[in-house]
Amino acid sequence: MNKLILGRYLPGDSLIYKLDPRGKFLITFYFIGIVFLANNVASYGFLLLFVLFAVYLSKINLGFFLKGLRPMFWLILFTVLLQMFFTPSEHPIWNFGVLTLSKEGMVISAYIFVRFVLIIFVSTLLTLTTTPIEISDSIESILKPLKAIKFPVTQIALMLSIALRFVPLLIDETTKIMDAQRARGVDFGEGGLIKRIKSFVPILIPLFVSSFSIAYDLAIAMESRGYRDGEGRSKYRMLKWEMRDTVAAIVMIVITGILLMIRSY
Amino acid sequence: MEIIFKNVTHAYEANNPLASLGLDDVSVKISDKKFTAIIGKTGSGKSTLVHHINALLKPTSGSVIVGDRTITSETNNKNLKPLRKNVGMVFQFPESQLFEDTVEKDIMFGPMNFGMSEEDAKSSAHDMIELVGLDEKYLEQSPFDLSGGQMRRVAIAGVLASNPETIILDEPTAGLDPVGRKEIMGLFKKLQMQGRTIILITHNMDDVADYADDVIVMHDGKIVGEGTPSEVFNDEKLLTGGMLTLPQSARFAQRLSQKRFKFDKLPITLDELSTEIKQQINGD
Repeated sequence: MNKLILGRYLPGDSLIYKLDPRGKFLITFYFIGIVFLANNVASYGFLLLFVLFAVYLSKINLGFFLKGLRPMFWLILFTVLLQMFFTPSEHPIWNFGVLTLSKEGMVISAYIFVRFVLIIFVSTLLTLTTTPIEISDSIESILKPLKAIKFPVTQIALMLSIALRFVPLLIDETTKIMDAQRARGVDFGEGGLIKRIKSFVPILIPLFVSSFSIAYDLAIAMESRGYRDGEGRSKYRMLKWEMRDTVAAIVMIVITGILLMIRSY
Repeated sequence: MEIIFKNVTHAYEANNPLASLGLDDVSVKISDKKFTAIIGKTGSGKSTLVHHINALLKPTSGSVIVGDRTITSETNNKNLKPLRKNVGMVFQFPESQLFEDTVEKDIMFGPMNFGMSEEDAKSSAHDMIELVGLDEKYLEQSPFDLSGGQMRRVAIAGVLASNPETIILDEPTAGLDPVGRKEIMGLFKKLQMQGRTIILITHNMDDVADYADDVIVMHDGKIVGEGTPSEVFNDEKLLTGGMLTLPQSARFAQRLSQKRFKFDKLPITLDELSTEIKQQINGD
């Protein structure tokens, strides 16, 4: 679990870090959208180059990036292989029952591979360079228009930021409880399926109990500091949209344009 | 069991930009059947050190010898139960490890994991609940109905029930009232007198002075001082380096020595202090 970097934040300082998180968030989703526009070698190559350039700009070590995503590799490989052998074709190179190997199948699976890599790379880049609190702030600010249809944006944002804040704490608590039960002779990951599932009871119950007590304490502490509900509050963390964010947005538009050109070429 | 650390280094998240050094080339010997206190600032590596003793953490390099077992980075996760049965560990805020529906079952959980029969575990639970100063009637209650201090005692009973030779205590009295603290510390001292090794992590220097035979001082993942409490608290280098604080008696003696009193060695317990003062007043 420690090896996977997807969803983790890595402290750092570079252009990508300084971008407005709202912009980064939207750009990432936009990029994931336009990945599906690509339809030939040139367009995929172009997108790949762009993502590698973004990783370069973030000043995060590419080796660290690749190593952290290695656990995802098996999932990708599984999908790619399925695609490769189950694509029907008029001119198969090799055929065995339902399994078919053909040129089309190989091309399509290569595309899927690149698509996976692109999507995982940009989303990892987003979480590595954006703190969880920035992400929850940007979700709040992006969802703001939904207030018009009575969607509880502030409550959702509060829940989100509390949840994000407590993820590392609960992970620590889990490791602590696991260690304590190990010291009392519990073996995790040994024995058959039933035994393994049973061995998690001594972690889950204490974890739920402590979550309840944390929630209770936190609610009391919030009330005693004057929290009523989300309405009419001011904000401490202000997000600021700057020139570089506009530039980043323009870059995305330019990329879409180029992509559309290569696509129909 | 004697515990020997040989050039133990432990790095968290090795091979990663987030890596940090928990222990830095630590070599130390913890004597059998003694009361050893480990002190040092928050984040100095005390907990990391003791987690090596029952192989919850394994050294990145170097080795830890516990009795007849050697733990290195290659040590397998299998077959650690005999080791963990012999090394009981009371974690910080151990009340968060309770989970069974009655106190009795929770205390029996450890011993039964280590292969004790149900009857033995039951009788052990009855012995332990009294040892930690609670009534037998609590055995039938749910652990979640107890007060914080009582939960702590139940958790400690659960660790003691499997009858470990070595007991590691990570701030067992943090958050307890003064009476409770004295009771619990007295219990551990008694267990040591009965021939067990006690290793205590604490920030309370009075406990160190009152109960410990040996002290290990840690700083930044290294061991910077070792010896008896009296030696350590009289170590000029450690004191001026800000690596430890003095027990109350020693601080009082320091103030006295500015007025006409003279101490060759700082008295660290209340008894030592009062004897010294008596002698000096009568001797004048």
